[in-house]
Amino acid sequence: MDKVQVLPMTQAKVKPVRRNQRPWSERIIEGLIKAGGMSGIIFVVGILIFILRESAGFLFGSFDFVEFFTSGNWVPASVEKIEYGTLALLAGTMSVTIVSMVIAVPVGLACAFYISEFCPPRLRETYKILIEFLAAIPSVVWGFIAIVIINPLLIDVFQIPSGLNILNASIILALMSLPLIVSIGEDALRAVPESYREAAEAMGATKWEVATRVLLPAAKNGLMAAALLGVGRALGETMAVLMATGHSIRFPTSVFDPVRTLTATIAAELGEAPKGGEHYQSLFAIGLYLFILSFVINILADRLVRGKRLK
Amino acid sequence: MFAANQRLIDKTKKEERFKAALSTLTVGIFLPALMIVGWLFVKGAPALSMDFLLQDPIRGMTAGGIFPTIIGTIWLVTICVLISAPLGILAAIYLSEYAPDNLSTRIIRLCILNLAGVPSIVHALFGLGAFVLFLRMGTSILAASCTLAVMNLPVIITSTLESLQAVPRSFREASWNVGASKLQTIRHIVLPNSIPGILTGMVFAVSRAAGETAAILFTGVAFYLPFLPVNVFEQCMSLSMHLFTISTQVVGVPEAYPYATALVLIMMVLIVNSISVAMRWYFRSRRKW
Repeated sequence: MDKVQVLPMTQAKVKPVRRNQRPWSERIIEGLIKAGGMSGIIFVVGILIFILRESAGFLFGSFDFVEFFTSGNWVPASVEKIEYGTLALLAGTMSVTIVSMVIAVPVGLACAFYISEFCPPRLRETYKILIEFLAAIPSVVWGFIAIVIINPLLIDVFQIPSGLNILNASIILALMSLPLIVSIGEDALRAVPESYREAAEAMGATKWEVATRVLLPAAKNGLMAAALLGVGRALGETMAVLMATGHSIRFPTSVFDPVRTLTATIAAELGEAPKGGEHYQSLFAIGLYLFILSFVINILADRLVRGKRLK
Repeated sequence: MFAANQRLIDKTKKEERFKAALSTLTVGIFLPALMIVGWLFVKGAPALSMDFLLQDPIRGMTAGGIFPTIIGTIWLVTICVLISAPLGILAAIYLSEYAPDNLSTRIIRLCILNLAGVPSIVHALFGLGAFVLFLRMGTSILAASCTLAVMNLPVIITSTLESLQAVPRSFREASWNVGASKLQTIRHIVLPNSIPGILTGMVFAVSRAAGETAAILFTGVAFYLPFLPVNVFEQCMSLSMHLFTISTQVVGVPEAYPYATALVLIMMVLIVNSISVAMRWYFRSRRKW
């Protein structure tokens, strides 16, 4: 009895079309579109599941929580005592990330300020294309640059035996994350309404004052997000740091020490670790660690960008 | 009458200095970066020749050319785009045209954002676990391309979404008003008007996929293969991996050889990238609305 009551006259002329009477093909395609929409979730969950699956034997077997996070000894192939401590690797990752951000964040944000606020429009377009080109250079090429250009340069300038160290990797990472920091920082500054600038200038503020007293506080969140995404980029970079850090597991004491990062360890050892063995599984556990780190950073950055968006 | 007092003059001077410092800094950061790339050109160009591009590597990769690595890279990128383009476009259409403004959509967006930030080596682990082992693709072009496709998905979704959103809402409303269904509107109005933007994003994704190394490290790329791949179930060599190999793993490689390889890789990526930039400019200048 669910038929709609229709007046006889209307019934004769128009056939009522119900929603679900659309052609089959349309419904199939819409189903595909909806399924495609879920792909983002599917892959993020998939990454989590498959990395957990491969590392399960280690995580639920000989995994020692305290050792994994607090020991500096990563000796998976030792004859006497096998240890899976990631603290020294984390120290390696953190040292190159911090040093590179010390270089890249102030410089990147200053560039963003210049390009967004002071640059003539023509020049701005040029810089934007340049930034895009820099961002497009593959990480393995940056690694190569670290070996053949930065390495001899550091040896010459600082009189050190090897130029493959924290400083080298940090310079490379700084150059790699600069485009990201500049473009996101610039977006954040552009998002500040024009009326803010006009109001400040009408009160007699110079551009310097507008930049430091108005734009900086107004775009604070976006600028912080830019820095945070730079951190994420530096943290997750693999090939360039693998080639530039000098590859030795230790707690660094100066920027001229070689180190090994979490990402580089996976890249360097996975090929040699026998499939399904404990060493192999432990590398997946490092992958899980990295995944969670990057997840936290991305969510923080997203929070910052969305948190207080100006209308 | 208005007269500049000393304080105002000081302020103006300060601003001039500030501006000059910032502009010097910006030039000072981009110039060295350009010089580094220029240096690769200078060192690599002499070794570049038709033979280098069209010959196989010989004598333990210390001589010969890089032909198989170029072919391998083309294989990987092509299959990657064939997989990620349809998926990415479907996802973008969903987010732009169908997704309601609710929690699940927010979660989808957050996931895409996170997918973009996952380190490439973690993608490699995922590719190894999911495609190589679980789906039994083995280390093959297919597995490596699938891994690259997952990595590139957020890039394609974001750029496609942007160009779909750029189509004015009034276009859609006009189409609905003449009785077109939602899907007809998408197919005949929204997609044709955003195809340039979608293509531009695709080309950008290609340039990213061509340079990627870590994600294909364990999923389908070999250090050296004496033959070319004939189907997607075989392994291949790749330009990016080859550069890594000859600059760190092989001894006795002549100096110009890795430079030339890096140069070819950079040129390939930059040319594809320039196409994307040029397309964006061209289509923007011709936009009807």
